[in-house]
Amino acid sequence: MADLLRRIAERADPAAFRELYETFGPRVKAYMMRRGADAGTAEDLAQETLLTVWRKAALYAGDKGSMTTWVFTIARNLRIDRLRREVPWQELPEGRLAEASGDPQPDEAMADKERQERVQAALAELPAEQQQVVALAYLEGLSHSEIAARLDMPLGTVKSRMRIAYQKIRSALGGLE
Amino acid sequence: MTITRHLDDATLMSFAAGSLPGALAAVAAAHVAMCTRCRGEVAIFERVGAALFAELPAAALHRSYPAAPEPSDAPSASRPGALREVSPPLGRLLREGLDAVRWRWIAPGLWQHNLPMAGTGSLHLIKGSPWVSVPDHGHAGSELTLVLRGALLDSTGRYGPGDVADLDDDVEHAPAADAGGCICIVANEHPARFRGPLARLLRPWHGM
Repeated sequence: MADLLRRIAERADPAAFRELYETFGPRVKAYMMRRGADAGTAEDLAQETLLTVWRKAALYAGDKGSMTTWVFTIARNLRIDRLRREVPWQELPEGRLAEASGDPQPDEAMADKERQERVQAALAELPAEQQQVVALAYLEGLSHSEIAARLDMPLGTVKSRMRIAYQKIRSALGGLE
Repeated sequence: MTITRHLDDATLMSFAAGSLPGALAAVAAAHVAMCTRCRGEVAIFERVGAALFAELPAAALHRSYPAAPEPSDAPSASRPGALREVSPPLGRLLREGLDAVRWRWIAPGLWQHNLPMAGTGSLHLIKGSPWVSVPDHGHAGSELTLVLRGALLDSTGRYGPGDVADLDDDVEHAPAADAGGCICIVANEHPARFRGPLARLLRPWHGM
C-alpha cells in the first residue's frame, strides 16, 4: 500500500492511479452513501477524493501513517465541505498525521500494519453498546445529541460510552498516558 | 505558555469522525491546531475511523475511472503547532484579528460579538473585564470555550490562551476573567440558558 503511494508520488504512474481507484473507490462511495449522499453524488465524491489523493501524493510520500487513514480523512473533509455547505472554519490539512510525526506518539514503535490490526481487533471486542455509538458517530455522521435522541438515552451516557470505547482502543495500542 | 486544558475524548472522537456540529467543530479545530497533545489523539481517532471505513461493504462504481491528471504540488499546508491568538482554522472568521472586532456591550464589563454561523449551533466571542463573570448558565447540549487572550477562571480552574473548557451539559458554570481580562470564543450546540435575574435581562436581545 505504501508502495502504491510511492508509485503515485514519484513516477506519476497511471496504472497506480487505476489501482488506487479500484482499491479505495468502492469504499469511499459506500462511506458517502452512509453519510447521506445519493449513489450518483457518492460516486462523484469518491472520484474527487481519489483525485485529491493523487494530486497531493507527493506531500505525503514519506508519511509513515496508514494510507487508509489518509484516504479516510480526505473523504471525511470532502464530505463536510460538500454535504454541509455551512462550515465556517478551515479544516486542518489531511496530512495532520504526517505533520504530527515529529510529535511524540505513544505507539510510534509499532509497525503501521500492526497498529491498524490492533485497532480493528479492539473495535471488534467492544461491547455492542459501545460499538453502536462509535459507528453512529463515524459512519452515520451523527452528533452526540443526535445519537442520544436516536438511542433515547442521556447525552452523558453517549459521551461516556465513547470515552470508555476509546480508552480500550488506546490501551490496545499500548498507549502510555 | 503551555496548553493544559484539552478537549474531552468524546469531543475528539466526533471531531475526527467529522460529526461534530459546525460551531463546536470550529472551536475544536482551533484548539487542535495549537495543541500537540490533541493532535496526536486525533491521529489515533482517525485511525479508528479508517478501521471502520475499511470494513464498509464496497459500493460498486458505475463509471469508468477518470484519467489520471498530471500530479501537481498542492499548496503546502500551514504547519499547525504555533500558539497564536487567531488559530489558523479561525482565520476566515477573524481576518482582521482580535483588535478589529466590533464589540457589543451586553452587561457591565462584558462584551460580545456574534460570528455568523449558518450551520448547527452558535458561535460568539466574549470579552470580559478583569474579574467580571459571565452569568451562571447551563447548556442544552455541548459547549466549548477556547481562550484566545488573557485567562478565564471558573469552578474547575484556570484557562489560559489555547486552553479549552469542554463541559458536559449538566455542568453549571460561571466563568470570570482573571486580573488581565479575557477574550474567548464560545461555541454552543444550542443557545445557552441563563439562570437568575440577569438572564431575563440578557435573553431577549442577545440570543445567547
